[in-house]
Formats: sequence, structure tokens, C-alpha cells
Amino acid sequence: MSQKMTGAQAVLESLKREGVDVVFGLPGGVLLPLYDAIYQSDIRHILVRHEQGAAHMADGYARATGKVGVCIATSGPGATNLVTGIANAYMDSVPMVAITGQVNTWLIGKDAFQEADITGITLPITKHNYLLRSAKDITRVFREAFYIARTGRPGPVLIDLPRDVTVDEVEFTWPQVDMPGYRPSVKAHEMQIKKAAKALMEAERPVIYVGGGVKYAAAHGELIELATKINAPVTTTLMGIGCFPEDHPLSLGMLGMHGTKYANYAIQESDLILAIGARFDDRVTGKISSFAPRAKIVHIDVDPAEVGKNVRVDIPVVGDAKNALQGLLKEVSPKGRSVWNEKTEAWKKEYPLRYIPNDNVIKPQYVIEKLCEIAPDAIITTEVGQNQMWAAQFFVHKDPQKFISSGGLGTMGYGFPAAIGAKIGRPECDVIDVAGDGSFLMNSQELATAVVNEIPVKVAVLNNGCLGMVRQWQELFFEKRYSATILGRTSPDFVKLAEAYGAVGLRATKPSEVESVIRTAMATDRPVVMDFIVNPAEKVSPMVPAGATLGEILDLEWCDDAQSCHLEKIYAKGRKDILGLEGF
Amino acid sequence: MKHTIAVIVENKAGVLTRIAGLFSRRSFNIDSLSVGATENPDYSRMTITVHGDRDVLEQVIKQLSKLINVIRVSELDPSESIERELAIIKVNADKESRSEIMQIVNIFRAKIIDVSHRSMIIEVTGDEEKIDAIVQLLRQFGIKEIARTGKVSMVRGARVVKA
Repeated sequence: MSQKMTGAQAVLESLKREGVDVVFGLPGGVLLPLYDAIYQSDIRHILVRHEQGAAHMADGYARATGKVGVCIATSGPGATNLVTGIANAYMDSVPMVAITGQVNTWLIGKDAFQEADITGITLPITKHNYLLRSAKDITRVFREAFYIARTGRPGPVLIDLPRDVTVDEVEFTWPQVDMPGYRPSVKAHEMQIKKAAKALMEAERPVIYVGGGVKYAAAHGELIELATKINAPVTTTLMGIGCFPEDHPLSLGMLGMHGTKYANYAIQESDLILAIGARFDDRVTGKISSFAPRAKIVHIDVDPAEVGKNVRVDIPVVGDAKNALQGLLKEVSPKGRSVWNEKTEAWKKEYPLRYIPNDNVIKPQYVIEKLCEIAPDAIITTEVGQNQMWAAQFFVHKDPQKFISSGGLGTMGYGFPAAIGAKIGRPECDVIDVAGDGSFLMNSQELATAVVNEIPVKVAVLNNGCLGMVRQWQELFFEKRYSATILGRTSPDFVKLAEAYGAVGLRATKPSEVESVIRTAMATDRPVVMDFIVNPAEKVSPMVPAGATLGEILDLEWCDDAQSCHLEKIYAKGRKDILGLEGF
Repeated sequence: MKHTIAVIVENKAGVLTRIAGLFSRRSFNIDSLSVGATENPDYSRMTITVHGDRDVLEQVIKQLSKLINVIRVSELDPSESIERELAIIKVNADKESRSEIMQIVNIFRAKIIDVSHRSMIIEVTGDEEKIDAIVQLLRQFGIKEIARTGKVSMVRGARVVKA
């Protein structure tokens, strides 16, 4: 049975059939017909204040719910504003469909007003993209786009929608997906599973190394079962955080550049690495030639191109993490505790993540610990930099859909819009964006979106008056020449900024105020920005310097009062000017 | 080390860009690429020559296979396949040199497809080495212009690379 409708209506009907109930976007000239159809549709539309926000919201929504996130932007600048958000989703394998307006088909290629070749621009940062040239292709393309976005290794798909295509009339049909060039390999090869299981059984010092693939396959249950069955310690990447509960005795926390010492030591000592849905990124492996030198490597990944891309793999297993883990569970027999377990546990005791608390100055790590204490079940999103690493290190993560961070692309400005998207997808959860004073400003305009749509997300700005991670590198590797990283004087008053948008602003300048600020924020059913004036000299520790092996992980000096002095002097003046704060 | 791969792709706008873009952004080295229609109008066939070690070749094949418009990727073992290239060469030719050039053309089983008072155009097919060799021999007369296709290749015997 078919029905006549406009292209725009066919788009909305296709979205509905794909189970979309919310889209994030901003209209524009060529999108008028589409927005007219949105006006008459029951799909919820969240109006953003910058298209980058729409892309990150769709991304945060997708990560928090496991569903495909949808964002919409107009042609030209609207579409190019999505680019960072699409690249971000691509690097972290987030299922997303981005819809962009395009000029009328007969104007394409003529440098028309607000024309940009967005399919060309997004070619390297989408799993696939489409330029629709006829209304009759709408339903097929939307079906394919959603199918591609959510299956196999998920990723963003862009659909470019010329204005005339949305106006033309079309018979609505709902075709089957038939793509001869796209057959994602889901089922792992039985022989390879058997080989992997045998290697696991024979290993004396196994480590399970888990990435975002486990989260997307919803395989964390199977992961916990496997790890406990064979008593193998588990470390996660930033993307894999939450896939294995960090309060579990077998958890080694995060590995890599700012991972735990014990995770990195375990990798270097291991005789078998079971990598699941992780891609041996340079931030994880350190110097690649000496990564896990004694280990056989088993690599499970749904994307065949990841296997053997960065490291040699002894036993490749191409398949979905859930399927592969279920196969492994059948093949392995229980293993008791071993000397290896004792060793990793001893490392955990000996080298815990730590910092030096202070009664006068707020330590950023302390803020994270308090957030975790007061809101242990909250969804945490992060910006990028020191705030992100502290949120990864000092919050005890237990749920894969509750830690949302820009891993691959490292996009400052991601966390706040992602928090809004996550809160819309999971309104029953508290959602907190752990931010820095640098990154929060990159998309703070979305405060308007949060306020207007009554989305009560919380932002915890760890305000250290600088672009902290870069500053940390300057301190360590560029003889403290703080080139373009000191913001102190120039950042706005975040409390007033929040209030200007109609949100709530709170500030803590002393450790004793941290808890009450968090409690007040969590009890407020409105968007809240918490401005924590933290020690500017604090560094993320431990650290594997770039190009070093994981075993060479260093404790950076933990800041006590004396060490903080140098930077404090630099910042103090700026803070006094702007915030009226006296020293620390 | 050089490798030849046959890639069956959907015959759609932008597919060549997707493939060329993939090679440049992943820093794969491409020596030659040729595209043409196949027995099925929905598909085109590309023959791509790349150089790199086995690991690079494996990545090239896997990354190409990930493209939605790519239907099939197959490595062609040079010892089991036939490779051909076509070149047309415009060479200086006057009364004195014409007969000598024609002898070379005969030896290479090439063809003369255009003649004027001062030049000739020669068409030659063969593998890369053969074409390099005739080009080398014709240099003495002064080559004015060369147009070469990329390589096309096919497995010997009954085996086929198809969608």
C-alpha cells in the first residue's frame, strides 16, 4: 500500500519507521520544507544554538541509549558546522545519521548561495554518505543509512538533501535493505574462537584489554562472566570505561598514557593479551614496538581492517564482541586464582592512583571523588584534557553507557552538548559534564538549549585558569614556557554566564564548599554550572611520556602548596581582576 | 613490492573519489589505476597497482572492502594472471627515420595509427616492461607525447573475479 506525500514528509515518515523520537537541529533556507514537515510531525525537535552542538547531542544521545542519534543542519555553513561532530562520531564509532540541507539539484556545482560540497567534505569522516537526487530514493537511502550506522562497527552516515527533493511528491514505499557491498561480519569463526580459548587456557599471565566495541555490542555481561570464570584481570581503554566495573577485584582500570601504573605494568608483563573491540591506539600502546613484548595477542574486532592494523596479531577473531565472548565462554573452563592475580593485586596496592589532598586549595581530583560519592550512578560526560583524564581516573565507573567522552578525536567542547543529548535519551539519570574552563566555552551557547528545553544537566567546571593539559606538557617538555595556555584573566565569570542564560550558577573556592555546591546542584531541577576554582598547578599523573614504553610510566610530582606557587602567581592577578578572588 | 588488485565497484557517481580519497588519506602508494565497464552495467572494474609490503597490501584490501560501494576486492598474483597496458606514442618521424621506426613497431607487434610528414603515432599493448622497452627504443627519434592507460589484469584459466 502506498501513499502520496512530499519528500519532506517521506523523510519524517522514514525517521519514524526507524524508531527516531528526537532529532537535534537548526533550520535554514533550504530546510524550510523539511522544517514545515517537522512542525506537523510528532517527532521531538531540539533546537540548538550551533550545529556542532546538534552533532554532539546526537552523539551523546546515541552513546547513552545505544540508539542511532539524528542531527539536522542546513546547507553550506550549517553543514560544515556539523563536521567536527561527525568526525568525532566517526573516530569513536558512534551510530549517527546526519541530515544536511542542500541547494536545489539544478544549482549544485554552481557555487549557489549557502552551497557546500558536504558529501565531498565528509567523505573521510563518515562510514558512508549520500547525496539524494530524487525523492523516490528517500526511503531506500534512509533505510540504508540507519542500517549502516548501527550495524557492524557503528558510525556516522550523512544524507545530503537538496531542497527540491524535499518538495517533490513521491509514493511512499518501504523497501528492504539490499546492499551487495555491505555485509558486516558478525559471527566469529568457530576455529578462531577455539584457538583463542586454547591460548587463554594456556596463558599464565593473561590480560583482557577492552575497548568501545564491547560497549557497542552490549557485551559487558559476557565480559564479566569470562573474566571471573578464568580469573583474568581486565583493563579498559577510555572508550571501554564502564564495560568492566572498576570496583571489581579483577579490574585494573584504564591503561595507556594516563592509565594506572598497574594496568600498564600488567600489559608489559603479560603473556597473553585478549583485545576485545579495541584498536591499539597510540595513546594506549605507547611505543608500539615494545608494547606487551612477552605477549601473544588475540584480537577480537567486528572491523576486519582493525585486526593487524597497528600491531601484529597472533590469533585474529573477526566478529561482534558479544558473539565472540559467548563463543569463548563455551570453550574455556574455569581457572582458579594464580600467582599472576596476586601480582596484579599487589601492584594495585602499591601504585594506586593518588593525589595530595589540601585543606585550602581545591584539588580537581577531589571534586571528581565527591561527584562520585554524591552521584555514583550519574552519567558522566567529559570535555577533553585534564578534566577528562581526572574524570576517567577518579570516578568509579561501572556502566558502559554512563561514561561518555571524546576519545579518538579529542574534541574540546564535546562534553556539554553530549550531556544534553544523554539527558534527553535517559531523562531518569543524573547527567554531569566534567569540564574545564577552556573547553566549556567552546559550546557554552548550548546553555540556551538546555534552559529553553528544560534539560537539567549539570556542568562541573574544573576551573584552573588554563588550557591545563597543554600547559602540563609545556611545564614538562618546554621548560615552563606557557605559550598561549594561560586563560586566567580572560575567562568569563561562569556563575554569571550561567545566570545570563537563565541557568543556575554556583561557585566553590575552598575544599570545604565543594560538597555543598554539588549537593545543591544535584538537588536543583534546572541546568546548573558549578565553577570549582581548582589548583592550577595540578598535573594528570601518572604519565607515559609520548614515545616511551608503558613500563616507563612516571609519577609526576604531586602538587603540594610549595610547588603550586609558581603558577598561582601567574593566575592570581587575573583571578583578582575578573573574579575578585584573593590568591588561593 | 608491487601488487595488483582487481576491485569490483558499484557504477555510481563518486565511487572513484571514495577510492582515491582512501588511498591518499591512509598514505597508500598507488602506481596505477584504471577503471572501465564490466559485463554487468551496474558494476565497474578497477585494476589498481600498489606498492608496499604484505601488511600494507592487507590493509589496502581491508580498507577498500569497508567502502559500501565496493563489492569485491581480489589480489591478482602476477604469476597466474595476464597484465596489459596500452600506450599511444607520438614520435618524430621524417623520411630518414620512418623505416627504422616501422621495423621497431613490427618487432613489438605494435601498430602505426597515424602518420604525417614529421611524426607518427604508434599504438602498443603489452605488459609494463614491453611498453617501457619500446618507449626506450623510440627515444632516439624524439618522443613528442605519450598517453598510457593504467594496467588491466585478469587471472588465467577459469577462475573469475566477479561481483
